[in-house]
Amino acid sequence: MPAEVVVLGGGVGGTLVANLLAKRLGDDAKVTVVDPTGMHVYQPGFLYLALGQANGRWLVRDERTLLRRDVDLAIERAVRIHPEAGTVQLERGGSLSWDYLVIATGARLVPDQIPGLSDGAFGFYSLEDAERLREELRRFAGGRVKVGIAGIPYKCPPAPVEFVFMLDQYLRRRGLRERSEITLLSPLNRAFTIESASKLIQPIMERRGIGLETFFNVESVDPSAGIVSSLEGDKAEYDLLVLVPPHRGQGLIDASHLGDAGGWLPTDRHTLQVADNERIFAIGDGTDLPISKSGSTAHFEAPVVASRIASLIDGSAPRSNYGGRVMCFLETGDGRATALRFDYEHPPVPPQPSRVWHAAKWLFNRLYWETVPQGRIPEVAMRRRGPNRRGANGRREP
Amino acid sequence: MSTTIARTLDMKGFACPLPIAKTAQAIRELVTGDVLEVLATDPGSVPDFDAWSVSTGHQLVERTEEDGVFRFLIRKG
Repeated sequence: MPAEVVVLGGGVGGTLVANLLAKRLGDDAKVTVVDPTGMHVYQPGFLYLALGQANGRWLVRDERTLLRRDVDLAIERAVRIHPEAGTVQLERGGSLSWDYLVIATGARLVPDQIPGLSDGAFGFYSLEDAERLREELRRFAGGRVKVGIAGIPYKCPPAPVEFVFMLDQYLRRRGLRERSEITLLSPLNRAFTIESASKLIQPIMERRGIGLETFFNVESVDPSAGIVSSLEGDKAEYDLLVLVPPHRGQGLIDASHLGDAGGWLPTDRHTLQVADNERIFAIGDGTDLPISKSGSTAHFEAPVVASRIASLIDGSAPRSNYGGRVMCFLETGDGRATALRFDYEHPPVPPQPSRVWHAAKWLFNRLYWETVPQGRIPEVAMRRRGPNRRGANGRREP
Repeated sequence: MSTTIARTLDMKGFACPLPIAKTAQAIRELVTGDVLEVLATDPGSVPDFDAWSVSTGHQLVERTEEDGVFRFLIRKG
């Protein structure tokens, strides 16, 4: 009897883990991906969509076309996980049984947690929101733009910074920059969580005349007055407000009593096992790990989970551990970008923004569909390079 | 002045800016003079809380470290 592996979620992590498992285990496992839409969305493209640099069709593909033929796809919504019984209940009735479960259901946007956000703010964290923002920007004739964060943790931490840089470029190109003010409302006393990146980013913001308001954790929006308020007690007036909405884990996690107060899965930082469940693993945005919620994280985690499950099935010693590796590009506008490469032990040392990194991001966006979900990006291409590669003891890592 | 702790916020294992955001949220629910205790493990929280207290006017009355856990006592201003 082949082992039954159920993967919940057909995003980057779920798709890659399913393909890797089916490839490695062949007839020893039956792998099923469960996804409510059956469509795979390339979320890093939302930023480009909002700024009129991409069209929505490029960002969505049929999940079936990304999976190996020996992986089953069930277009169903999972509503409850029963860890003891080893089953997952489906919305339209019926259930699937599993020997091993991978939860890759991502994060959920909960804009209603912030009063006034849905009516007062635009965003680029869903396909619909990004399209709405693109239309609003087309109508925009200048004014005060405030860009902020309405809940932590959120996906793709550099995105708001990328957005202000790209918006600056967009408004200059349209001849509206002189008539506009751009301000980033940051939850901390700097532009970006990671200090080394902040040091690189802030001088560029200054040169471009992009304002920075610090310690501004968004509390509420008053759409009729055009005012956004912070938990710290400050207020900012806007003509156009762009906010990252609050995130939480999926309802499925709450309903299954597997998550913490935020609906995030308590996940082992190295094995990626969900607490107290030897046969349940989590990858991607749904974990409680203290690292970026991003496709890149899921991309690095998926091979670890695939390898661990394969070891459990074929009885070999599990060797693969997740070291917290993440790699993000960060657009700084004007066709330049930098890159953040880090893990649990090594903070990033971002290079000066250059056209090379922008080209690398552009290339990655182009190649994504043919490489990432299938596991075709060779491990060596994703290794850290440069000063980062030296371990804490100064020796070069193997 | 007494330092009776009105509330404790356990942010161990979380990376900034989450401890700052949660602290900002928690301190809203206290009254002036109340002391909030925050426990965190992110070393970055030390400069962040220093800067935050200066910026918001909430007083950082004590900061200690034990076994990698930072303990901040913040009096609502």
